[in-house]
Amino acid sequence: MPTKKEKDATTARDTTGHEWDGIRELDTPLPRWWLYTLYATIVFAVGYCILYPAVPWVSSHTKGMLDRNTNREMLAQSMAEAADAQGQFRDRIRDASLDQIRKDPDLLAFAETGGRAAFNENCTPCHRTGGAGAKGYPNLADDEWLWGGTLADIHRTITHGIRNADPESRQSQMPRFGADGILKPAQISDVADYVLSLSGQKAPADAVKRGRAIFAENCALCHGENGKGNPELGAKNLTDGIWLYGGDKATIVETVTNARNGSMPAWNLRLDPTTIKMLAVYVHSLGGGQ
Amino acid sequence: MDLVVARTHVEEEHEGIPLFAPHEKVYPRRVKGPIRRVKWAVLIACLTIYYAAPWLRWDRGPNHPDQAFLIDMPARRAYFLWIEIWPHEIYYLAGLLILGAVGLFAVTSLFGRVWCGYTCPQTVWTDLFMWAERLVEGDRAQRIRLDEQPLSLGKLARKTAKHTLWLVIAAATGGAWIMYFNDAPTLVHDLFTLEASATQYFFLGLFTATTYLLAGWAREQVCTYMCPWPRFQSAMIDDETLAVTYRDWRGEPRGKHKKGETWEGRGDCIDCRACVAVCPTGIDIRDGLQLECIGCGLCIDACDEIMDKVGRPSRLIAFDTYASRVARQRGETPHLRLLRPRTIVYAAVLLLVAAVMIVALAERRGVEISVLQDRNPLFVRLSDGSIRDGYTLKIENKGGEERFYAISATGLGGATLHIAEYEAPPVPAEAGVTVAVNADSIGTFRAYVQAPKRDERESHFTFIVRDKSSGETAVYRATFRGPEH
Repeated sequence: MPTKKEKDATTARDTTGHEWDGIRELDTPLPRWWLYTLYATIVFAVGYCILYPAVPWVSSHTKGMLDRNTNREMLAQSMAEAADAQGQFRDRIRDASLDQIRKDPDLLAFAETGGRAAFNENCTPCHRTGGAGAKGYPNLADDEWLWGGTLADIHRTITHGIRNADPESRQSQMPRFGADGILKPAQISDVADYVLSLSGQKAPADAVKRGRAIFAENCALCHGENGKGNPELGAKNLTDGIWLYGGDKATIVETVTNARNGSMPAWNLRLDPTTIKMLAVYVHSLGGGQ
Repeated sequence: MDLVVARTHVEEEHEGIPLFAPHEKVYPRRVKGPIRRVKWAVLIACLTIYYAAPWLRWDRGPNHPDQAFLIDMPARRAYFLWIEIWPHEIYYLAGLLILGAVGLFAVTSLFGRVWCGYTCPQTVWTDLFMWAERLVEGDRAQRIRLDEQPLSLGKLARKTAKHTLWLVIAAATGGAWIMYFNDAPTLVHDLFTLEASATQYFFLGLFTATTYLLAGWAREQVCTYMCPWPRFQSAMIDDETLAVTYRDWRGEPRGKHKKGETWEGRGDCIDCRACVAVCPTGIDIRDGLQLECIGCGLCIDACDEIMDKVGRPSRLIAFDTYASRVARQRGETPHLRLLRPRTIVYAAVLLLVAAVMIVALAERRGVEISVLQDRNPLFVRLSDGSIRDGYTLKIENKGGEERFYAISATGLGGATLHIAEYEAPPVPAEAGVTVAVNADSIGTFRAYVQAPKRDERESHFTFIVRDKSSGETAVYRATFRGPEH
């Protein structure tokens, strides 16, 4: 490659001396603004490395003269600040009774928001968003409660759960009338017809008549003589339009035959008392709270 | 890097022409005359409006700022005299910008670049800075001489004085700008007692720097190289548009003229270059309509003064249209045609947008609501078989005091209404519930509407929110959802 530098006639500038296929290249200097910007960035970079954490080291990194925290430390710091800011509300909620929380607009707003967050994290897998419920998992927004819908009832249910190892958990057991041979299939069919009639659904009159007697003997102890249920025992009201597992005859027969004993964990094992209080307030606010 | 390729005849023609034109400093000369007087008047009017507007007070009652023009960023409110704009009403600003743009098109198609020449902030502040420059360094000839001198104590003193004056004007400009975003008297007090926030000082510094750079240093280069407006204004200009015009049919052939010589066989232009000397963008108007011409017309004043001296008729340079120039050249009487399809369309669009804006402003409701239906769950089946839907109602109270609103729902037979924020039991939906909303804020309420199960999945009803004090209402057509069967 010939390296003959020469002056270009058009621009009066030197060429680089290289030539490719008859094409020569001008040795045009970089634009000055560009060059000065480059120098400025170099100066900035050196200054930055001195002032801020920058250079990786074997086990750590240079700390910088300004003693600024790293992003992770700053994150931890702002998380702590946020926790501090929430702390005063959490402390007040911890010390307040459920009724006091409901009466204080600030605490109520904080508890409902915090309760929603905790609900979405812990409860929605079964009870769905907004407490809409699913088959076997009660809807928490309606006006029927298996174990009572006052703030105190809800709080106790969340704290100790239902049918679990917690000694204070809600306990009751529906017998497996069919599977354990307590009732014959024909009797179960009759009692199912009676249950249908309780909520105003159509059923053959003679079956209802037979079923009424079977119900009084086997079911009324928990569900009540008129089938209105008993929140002390988690016995469902059978006379209304809400069904946990389904209100058609086949499902009722299935329920009586094999029984339903849904359970719920005791959340005091996982959540702190303040969070449980906020959860209770949130669930109570979903529309069905008593 | 540049590539040297085989030289073509095109390049040979352009030999010696560099890629970028070197910047030539413009030294505009002082000029007197009617156009200059108009320009001073417009400048004083614009600056007065700009500096005085933030100090105008406007009583809006308690809990509201009393500044007539204020954009309150932290509180998300903008105040323009009696109008208060909330963030979601920013389309009023869009309407205002459209009005400004179409208005500019209309004015440009009629009168050429009067915006550029008289009211553009770049022109106004450049003019102001040139006035300050003349005050310190003298007129054109003195300034050229001063710049050619080697640095001396006197030159340094003058230059320092000029830049100080510029910076003071720039700081006043930047200061006035941030006053539109803060309470002006408080801000001025805070700025001088060093109590203002870092943000306020930053923006003061930013706008000071940009004013100083753009009006002091960049000047006509902003118009020529940075501003897009001169580039596409040709789309608005036609043969009937007024522009600063050199009447070459009268002026040419130009040449020097001594007193007593005959004017026969020559043009009126004596080639004194007065028009070039006064031009703030440093161009020669005799070359015809150019991109760099901002249409200020100072050359008209300069030329008229000369024409007066040499005893020739004035307006060798004038605001004139191309069509009229051609007509005069032929000896015909020119007609100014203001009504042209272009101007009619611009005027029509302008009127239309203005009408839409006025109607929108007049129709602005005192009560505004927005309703959001719960999605999770969509509806709740209650023990008595009825259905309950949940809604979130937001009611805007733009007033300066707490207001009471009656919420009711009509069109859903047998429905009851319950507002979760109020402990009261559900009431018949048509009767309604009264709620309170704090001053200048949005009240959020959870409304539960309960109705007997219906045959269809979706039925419709209407939320009515009535301002108890004014009687104004806002309605929302809502959907009531239920199960399929």
